[in-house]
Amino acid sequence: MLELRDLVCRYGKVTAVKGISLKVERGQLVALIGTNGAGKTTTLKAVSGLLQPAGGSIVFDGVDITRASARKILSLGIAHCPEGRHVFPYMTVEENLEMGCYLRMDKQEIAGDFDRMFEQFPRLAERRQQQAGTLSGGEQQMLAIARALMSRPKLILFDEPSLGLAPNIVERTFDIITGIRDAGTTVLMVEQNALAALEMCDHAYLLESGALALSGSGRELVGNPHVRSAYLAG
Amino acid sequence: MSRLLVSILVALLASVPLWLTDFYYLHVLIVTGIFIVAAMSLNLLLGYTGQLSLGHVAFFGIGAYTSALVSLGFEVHILPDVTVGMAPKPVWFAMLCATAVAGLTGYAIGKLSFRVRGAYFVIVSISFAEVVRLVALNWVELTQGPMALNNIPALTLGFDGFELSFLRKPAFYLLVLTMLVVCYVIIARLVNSRAGRAMIALRENESLAMSVGIDVTRYLVVATVVSAAMAGMAGALYTHYIRIVDPDIFLFIYTVTMVIMVVTGGKGTLAGPIVGGVIFGIVPEVLRGMEIRPEVQWIAYGVLMVLVVYFLPRGIVPAIESYMSSRRRAPKGEAVAVAPEAPQQ
Repeated sequence: MLELRDLVCRYGKVTAVKGISLKVERGQLVALIGTNGAGKTTTLKAVSGLLQPAGGSIVFDGVDITRASARKILSLGIAHCPEGRHVFPYMTVEENLEMGCYLRMDKQEIAGDFDRMFEQFPRLAERRQQQAGTLSGGEQQMLAIARALMSRPKLILFDEPSLGLAPNIVERTFDIITGIRDAGTTVLMVEQNALAALEMCDHAYLLESGALALSGSGRELVGNPHVRSAYLAG
Repeated sequence: MSRLLVSILVALLASVPLWLTDFYYLHVLIVTGIFIVAAMSLNLLLGYTGQLSLGHVAFFGIGAYTSALVSLGFEVHILPDVTVGMAPKPVWFAMLCATAVAGLTGYAIGKLSFRVRGAYFVIVSISFAEVVRLVALNWVELTQGPMALNNIPALTLGFDGFELSFLRKPAFYLLVLTMLVVCYVIIARLVNSRAGRAMIALRENESLAMSVGIDVTRYLVVATVVSAAMAGMAGALYTHYIRIVDPDIFLFIYTVTMVIMVVTGGKGTLAGPIVGGVIFGIVPEVLRGMEIRPEVQWIAYGVLMVLVVYFLPRGIVPAIESYMSSRRRAPKGEAVAVAPEAPQQ
C-alpha cells in the first residue's frame, strides 16, 4: 500500500534519513522504532508531505507522492497525527474535528462521522464546546486521533502517540490504535515505547541514525538480542 | 451581542450629526472612524492569520495617493518621449481604483513575502512601507513630493438632477460610518467562513494546519489582499476628507497606532479594533481638551497603553468576554477555563 524506496531527507546540511526502504501492507499496523534522532519523525513527515525528501521515492496505492503537497497526500487518503498531540488550542473540540474534514465536501456523511466519533470518544462529546487547549493531555490525544480519523484516511500515521501521557492513558491510546487497524485502516506508527509497539504491531522496522537496522514481525524483533539489549533494557 | 443591540448602536451612531453640532468633535469621530477601518483591516492579518505587518500604513498611503491622483489627473514622463497621463476622474471611481490598487499591491506583497514568516515578514513589511514612502517623497513629478498633493476634490455622488456632496462633515461622518459597517460585515463573514477557519488554524499551528490539508499560503494571500484593499479604501476616505496628501502619510507612527488599536482592543476579535480604535482615537483629544501640557498628555497616553497591555494582555474585548462567561458559568460550579498555552513549534 505504501512503499518507500531509498528515502533521503535533509535539514540543511544534516542528513536525517539516509536511504530508507520499507513497505506497509494494507490492513497492517506497522511500527517504526528507534532512539531519538533516528529519523522516525522525519520519515513520517516526508510521507505526509510536510517535508520535501531530498531523494528516493514514496509510492502510495500506485501513485508517486514523493513531491506531492500535504493537501494532495491527504486527499489521497493519508492522515497524519503529529507528535505532541497537537490540537488547535483556541478552537473548540467540535471545530477541531471540523478542521479534520476540511477537504471533505460530503456534509451528510460528515454529520454521521461526527456522531460516530462522539460515540467512540464520549469524553469529547461532553466537551464538544470547550476550547481544546483546556482539555487534559489524554483528552487532547483523543481529539488529535479523532481529528485524523475525520478525514476518513486509508492510512493513518501516528507520531509518538504515547508521548507525555499517563500510563493508563497510554494503554487506552494503544487500544484505540489497534482498534483503528482492526476496523480496516492501515496504520504506520512511530513509537519510543518499543516493547508496547512491538507487541501490538504486525510488522516492525528498527531505525538507527537514519538507516534501517532491522525489520521483521514484532515477535521477531522482541526476540532479537540486539533489540533486547538496546531497546528493551535486558 | 445580539443583532438588535448592534442595530440600536448603529442607529445611535448614525444620529450623532443630528445632535452633535460641534464640528470639532465630529472631526475627531471621522478621523477615528477612518482609523478604525484601517485597524480592522490590520486585524484580519494580525489577529486572524497571526502575521504582524508593520508596513500596513503602506496600503493606507497607496490608497490615499491613488485616489488623489486619479481624481486630480496626472501626467508623468517615464522615458524622454513617453508620457503617461490620465485626465481627472470622478471621486467615487478614484476611490474604487484606490481599493483595487491597494489590493493588487497586497497580492504582490503576499506572494513575495509569505515565503518568509514571523520576524522576516515583519522586516519585509517595514521595508516595503519605507520604500513606498521614499518613492512618494522623491517622485516629485507624480506626487509633488514634500510639496504635497492638494486641492483634492471631495466626494460627490450625482444622480439625475440630484447631487449628494460629502464636502460637509455630517455627510462625511455618515459615509465613514457606512464604510465601517460594510467592512465589519465583510470581515465578519470572511472569518466565519471556511477561509476564516483556515486562517485561524494556520495562526494557531501552521504545520498542523498543513497536515489537515489547508493551503496555507493561499489563505495568507487572500487575507492580505482583503486587508490591503480595505486599508486602501480607508486611505482614500482620508484623502478626500483631509483633501491634501503628503509623504508623511507613510510614517511608521500610523502603523504603530493601528497595531496599538488592534492589540489593546483584542486581536482576533471582531469588536477589538473598534474598541481599541475608539479609545486610542479619542483619548488624545480628550487629553488635549484638559489643557495640560503636551508632554503630560503623551505620558498619560503611554501609561494608559502600558496598563492595558499589562493587565489585559489579550486585549480589552477578550477580557470582557471571559469575565462575562465566567460569571455565567460560576453558578454551575464549574472551574473557570484557564487560557491555554500558546502552541509551541
